[in-house]
Amino acid sequence: MSNQDFLRQLPRSAGLQTTTSARLVRIHLDPLLLLTLMAIIGFGLVVLYSASGGRPGREIPAIFTSQTVRMGLALIAMLVAAQLHPRFYQRWAPIIYLGGVGLLVLVLLVGVNVKGSYRWLDVPGLPRFQPSELMKLAVPMMLAWYFADRALPPRFKDLCVALAIIAFPTGLIVLQPDLGTGILIAAAGLSLIVLAGIYWRWIGYSVVVMAAAAPALWFVLQDYQRQRIVTLFDPESDPLGAGWNIIQSKTAIGSGGLYGKGLFEGTQSHLEFLPEAQTDFIIAVIGEELGFVGILTLLSLYLIVIARGLYIAARAQHTFQRLLAGTLTLTFFVYVFVNIAMVSGLLPVVGVPLPLVSYGGTSAITLMASFGIIMAVHTHQAW
Amino acid sequence: MSPSLFIKDSLSERRSFGTRALTLFVIAAGLLLGLVGRMVQLQVLEYDTYHTRSEENRIQVQPLAPPRGLIYDRNGVLLAENRPVSSLALVRERIEDLDALIAELATLVRIDDEDLEGFRERLKRRRRPYESVALKLNLDEEEIARLSVNRHRLPGVEINTQLIRHYPQGAMLAHAVGSVRRVTEEDLRRLDPIRYSATKFIGKIGIERFYEQSLHGEVGYQRVETDAHGRIRQELDKKPPVAGQNITLHLDIRLQIAAYAALGQRRGAIVALDTRSGGVLAMVSNPGYDPNLFVTGISSKQYRALASSRATPLFNRAINGQYAPGSTFKPIVGLAGISLGLTDWEEQIEDRGWFRLPNQDRIYRDWSWKKNNSGGQGMVDLNRAIYRSSNVYFYNLVTRMDIDELAEFAAQFGIGQHTGVDIPDTSTGLMPDRLWKQGAKGEVWYPGDTVNLAIGQGDLLVTPLQLANVASVIANRGIRRRPRMLLSSDRPLVEFDPLQPLPPVAGPSPDDWELMVDAMEDVVHRGNKGYGQNGVAWAYIGQNIAYRMAGKSGTTQVVEIKQGEEYDEEALDEYSRKHAWFIAFAPADDPVIALAVLVENGGGGSSVAGPIAREVIDHFLLPQLAAR
Repeated sequence: MSNQDFLRQLPRSAGLQTTTSARLVRIHLDPLLLLTLMAIIGFGLVVLYSASGGRPGREIPAIFTSQTVRMGLALIAMLVAAQLHPRFYQRWAPIIYLGGVGLLVLVLLVGVNVKGSYRWLDVPGLPRFQPSELMKLAVPMMLAWYFADRALPPRFKDLCVALAIIAFPTGLIVLQPDLGTGILIAAAGLSLIVLAGIYWRWIGYSVVVMAAAAPALWFVLQDYQRQRIVTLFDPESDPLGAGWNIIQSKTAIGSGGLYGKGLFEGTQSHLEFLPEAQTDFIIAVIGEELGFVGILTLLSLYLIVIARGLYIAARAQHTFQRLLAGTLTLTFFVYVFVNIAMVSGLLPVVGVPLPLVSYGGTSAITLMASFGIIMAVHTHQAW
Repeated sequence: MSPSLFIKDSLSERRSFGTRALTLFVIAAGLLLGLVGRMVQLQVLEYDTYHTRSEENRIQVQPLAPPRGLIYDRNGVLLAENRPVSSLALVRERIEDLDALIAELATLVRIDDEDLEGFRERLKRRRRPYESVALKLNLDEEEIARLSVNRHRLPGVEINTQLIRHYPQGAMLAHAVGSVRRVTEEDLRRLDPIRYSATKFIGKIGIERFYEQSLHGEVGYQRVETDAHGRIRQELDKKPPVAGQNITLHLDIRLQIAAYAALGQRRGAIVALDTRSGGVLAMVSNPGYDPNLFVTGISSKQYRALASSRATPLFNRAINGQYAPGSTFKPIVGLAGISLGLTDWEEQIEDRGWFRLPNQDRIYRDWSWKKNNSGGQGMVDLNRAIYRSSNVYFYNLVTRMDIDELAEFAAQFGIGQHTGVDIPDTSTGLMPDRLWKQGAKGEVWYPGDTVNLAIGQGDLLVTPLQLANVASVIANRGIRRRPRMLLSSDRPLVEFDPLQPLPPVAGPSPDDWELMVDAMEDVVHRGNKGYGQNGVAWAYIGQNIAYRMAGKSGTTQVVEIKQGEEYDEEALDEYSRKHAWFIAFAPADDPVIALAVLVENGGGGSSVAGPIAREVIDHFLLPQLAAR
């Protein structure tokens, strides 16, 4: 098949010794994916070091230390996830899904209010965590489980069930409210349906229906969300208020030019004009300090991850594994795209971090776990 | 696995998945390429825009206010200086919740309603973006310390230390030196926006206003790197401001103190001139006010009290108070009569205490007139008419005089004219003539109008500064020098525009001047001659005097006294009583000082204003005489 040939031509782990490579595969890691992810994490840590005020010869910023630890944990999560056989995920998918939904309900009832939304669950004896993070894995698993035994392309009834599986947790998350995560989970679910082979016709219909429904959506949005959409089209309408973030991030990126102002030299970030410089808006720091070249490098690394993930998915023997690996990869892409498009002023501001680079949240651990699952799909015996 | 009703076709599913995966990869890659395109747009195509915007964010050009020039008196005593004053100011653009912040600040410093009212008022005014607005002025050391400690958690709060004008002499010199006020919205429209970009105060009154350009100095700049909260991270470069010019005035603080003390609680004005230069040695207008109040911010209550007081402390009587000169005008009328050839020093008329124009009923009275038509000065020549201040002599003289000729002659003494002094907005007074009366009242000139002018009443108006100038012209025997505040400056001033010297008064011969000065000396010194023979002021000031002084008193009615009635001070409200004038210069044969004293509703010129004039001149001359 011509498309399979294309996927095989994607870069292999050229830099590693075959022996090292074989050793990694034996512990269920994919050398190319691992290398690229490490490169992204390393790149992210360097930028975060600068964005959190670190300088050679100065005390190491606490933020940097904490992120390094978190990345270590994320790698362990990946390692653990890779050891489990894909069968395990398939078997437990419904339980994990239902458990996750249960936790989401719990969050709305007894969650901890942070900055006006209920996202966190504080169970004594455990670190505080966001059940919505779990759903980023659970929803694709559940959908893949559902489609695993069914004939594909999905029939209309199956599609309706799948949409319900997506809508239920998404709705709960949007209620928290956490629009960013809700969008990511919905996007993950929808991309799985597309991968499952749904007729393009149906996709066409739904796009038409959604376009027609979009104006109605406006009335459902909260005031601050409407403001973000208005701001997207005209940031200068309120330059010191809602438009501030986007004006400052565009200024940071644009003023970086081709090669950037140099690491540690970003004025927008270091003089605190750029808000959220260490978290959601960190791509603006990269744009300012490392320029177009820096962003292009990072995007290339992301593209390699996406290509490799989809290649692994396409090679998998079982429907469940294909759908799960493919969906997790596409979710990663949605992260990247939504974040950068938002910071560069192409999409309204939603709380989506730049994967593996932004500081904080539990998203890095979830993401790396999902790559562990992808690696598991690739390295375990077929059945 | 559970059996399915539909046959799963694994191979075709795999194929279909492969196609889908590739399609989605191409879409993803396309979208990422779109992001790359966006970056090209921002970072390459629009780089210049964003680079500039980032520099504008980072670099602020801050204007630096020049220190205002200092003002000294002729002895080098400071009359206006600059003092560092710290104030608490807010940058509105950097504050999210203003009320919460003010509540927070109120726990650190005392902020009362007056402060808040003033702040809200200033906030409404036009200002530059990110310019701070003062909330509380005059912070003390303790307040500054408390604010400094808490500053890191109070974004948008600034402690500004600026040099603020201070007038160490307070009310005593308020009218002589003038004062600065906070720059208003109206000022901003009119001022050079660059030159005044850092200036918070501008000369609004008096010397401060007249020499504003020179006192102001040149604005400086510093380029600084600031963060988003407006805090300065580093100074990039700086062009220091150039301080305004220091200026020295003719004013003699010691004489000013003496004059101020001599006037005491009485409402009135004193202007003393250096006859040899025209320099203003003292200028008092009482009551005064503390000019510092207007600099640091006067409360509306305080302002209302000042503005609505019947004693009008804000009113500068010395240059803007216009009063009838009364008998102090008689020397000018006398010299006019001589110059116009209408009389001479020998002519005598009989003064019976009253005068009547031919074919008219109206009685024009002498000050010595009594109800029974007794009184009068007997046989009077010009000399006696001056030292006895005979009204009847001058009534008689002016009936022969053309009003326009008198007006023209009086104008040479500055009556009805701008003095040309370097103070803005001085009043000109009024010298009535035919044209004026036609224009102002729509009436022709009646002989009775001229009769009133003979004794400095009627529509005639002068300011104390103008009368001091009249005394100076007579002292200088007709040589005219413009009154002037400025004595010297470090460098030539842009405002200084030497006017053409004035020609001497035309008409009187040197002998006429000497005889007039003699007559004015008699006002003060002619004594021990018996009833009705002494100078009118001798009893009050002519004794135990160590130098020769020439003077002339004036007493002017504020309300008209009905025909046939006597002036009864006790019966009149304080503000309806007569104004007292005295003009004088000394030493009579070689004058160095000339002055005019006005006491509003004070009573007799000789008895009330005369002793004040003597006290002031004593203060000036006695030390000089003792030194000789």
